[in-house]
Amino acid sequence: MRKANTEEWSGILVYVECRQGKVHPAVRELIGEARRLAEKLQTSVYGAAAGGGLDRVAKQLGDCPLEQLYLFEAEDEYTPVIYEKIIAGCIEMLKPAIVLIGGTHEGRALAPRLAVAFESGLTADCTSLKIDEEGNLIQIRPAFGGNVMASILTAQSRPQFATVRPGIMEPVTAGHFPEMTVVKRRVNVADERVKILGTRETESRDSITDQKILVVAGRGVRKKEDLEMLRELAKLLGGGLASSRALVEKGWMSPGEQIGLSGNTVSPQYMITCGVSGTVQFMAGMKQTKNIIAINTDSNSRIFEIAHYPVCGDLYEIVPKMIERLKYKSSERKE
Amino acid sequence: MKIAVCMKQVPAVSEGNMDPKTGVLLRAGMEAVVNVYDLAALEAALRIKESTDAGIHVFTMGPAKAESVLREAFAMGADEGWLICDKAFAGADVLATSYTLMRAVRAVGDFDLILCGKQTTDGDTAQVSGGLAGWMNIPHINWTTEIIRISDKEINVRYNMDNRTVTASVSLPCLVSVEKDSFMPRMPSLKLKISGKKKAVHVLTIGDLGDRDKEHYGLSGSATKVRRIFPPPRTKHQEPVTLDGDKAAEYILSQFSDVNLF
Repeated sequence: MRKANTEEWSGILVYVECRQGKVHPAVRELIGEARRLAEKLQTSVYGAAAGGGLDRVAKQLGDCPLEQLYLFEAEDEYTPVIYEKIIAGCIEMLKPAIVLIGGTHEGRALAPRLAVAFESGLTADCTSLKIDEEGNLIQIRPAFGGNVMASILTAQSRPQFATVRPGIMEPVTAGHFPEMTVVKRRVNVADERVKILGTRETESRDSITDQKILVVAGRGVRKKEDLEMLRELAKLLGGGLASSRALVEKGWMSPGEQIGLSGNTVSPQYMITCGVSGTVQFMAGMKQTKNIIAINTDSNSRIFEIAHYPVCGDLYEIVPKMIERLKYKSSERKE
Repeated sequence: MKIAVCMKQVPAVSEGNMDPKTGVLLRAGMEAVVNVYDLAALEAALRIKESTDAGIHVFTMGPAKAESVLREAFAMGADEGWLICDKAFAGADVLATSYTLMRAVRAVGDFDLILCGKQTTDGDTAQVSGGLAGWMNIPHINWTTEIIRISDKEINVRYNMDNRTVTASVSLPCLVSVEKDSFMPRMPSLKLKISGKKKAVHVLTIGDLGDRDKEHYGLSGSATKVRRIFPPPRTKHQEPVTLDGDKAAEYILSQFSDVNLF
């Protein structure tokens, strides 16, 4: 750790992740959060973007309360060494006390390299940020798998790096703010070690983040074969099957099907959780869901705190009956 | 070719609970296992070894009992095992953990490739591999789904970014962290398991790392400090409806008012 004179560092820098001139939605959430923190600290909020199509990036952020937006022209696709050097250079110049980065694939690749470059602290996947009496950033995140919260400080080194998953913070709302200064910089950073050979957009049609109805399997599912029953229910409802982390770790479900801070953030119209206890890390990934129906045998489960329709019962009793009813209805309709 | 694989021992159950009255973590008696994501990193190394003459060194940082991680790696086919173990290393955050790993890897030799799992099940942050690459000043690629080819000079990989897959050619030395599903770990072999039992495990303590300053390791080398651990605030307790099978099914299906289910 490199001890810093903390008084020399002020302001909040938001990493503006963008691609092909399109700003990642997480950025507006980070700016919203940065603004709230900046009011407490009486300080400025800056943005820094690297890539291509930067004029469009500036335009998209035109209604945001940023004091300065730095644009660094670079290869559009993220590469580890060049992006680290660019953003580290920007940090060197601005000396911000806090750097906020989206907990995306790109953000989670970039953040630890920056933290090491400044030998400072990084707290990943924060769910809440506050300022303490001394002006330090209080970083709150779930710990030990998610039933416990930890509040974490980076008291002696700067900047204080924090990542936040998309969908966790309230996005900034458009408003009339003092006009921001856009600073375009050409940087002379070359590194031949990573060559991008190609990119391909992934089909997201069947992704759990696009489903209107999700059936979610949790630790209450006793064996892998029982997932078929839940898959059938999901199919009859016209939705998809997802799971909590426990089943991904068991290898029963794939990481792409996982809901939670360490998986995907979803907000379907309807969700039926089956045997999900509701860890903090799970709920962080689904609390925006409009109608949450929770089935659990433990009447004290945390999932019941946020469920709109909490059902204390056994999924093994209930799910087959639901399937029966849905099948009966569809056969009735055919006749 | 020399490959380093980083592996960690983690609690078998990742969701530790807390005594709501005393605030003490209930971790006693928890079984320890190899972080499941790291087995995929070892599998990736073993697949490279099948087509090259790679030597695989496994590094694990933890208490003495973490030696079992190395035994498990031997049973899958790892060549050498390094236990990074010293009281001075305890309580390390991302910065201090990745520093210690960098020191250990460098102390053992020049590696062409470092492989990591995508994250651990206890820390859950996926940040240590990037930190290690940062300390080593080498490129790193996360979320790798395919190693397309590898030569003495470079590795071609395919990896996931948020809404796209990317292929890249990366010069060696570099660090690659892999997705679990793409590298399903092989079963340990009985023969290797038996020979692995006799194999020597190398222990690295602070004196072996080329930097003996305790301020650089563990809790004192960490930039982040956990100020407080607390149970998540309970918002409100709702009394759930208690219903039996078919009654519950009827109740649940009647909630789907906005959807034309039938």
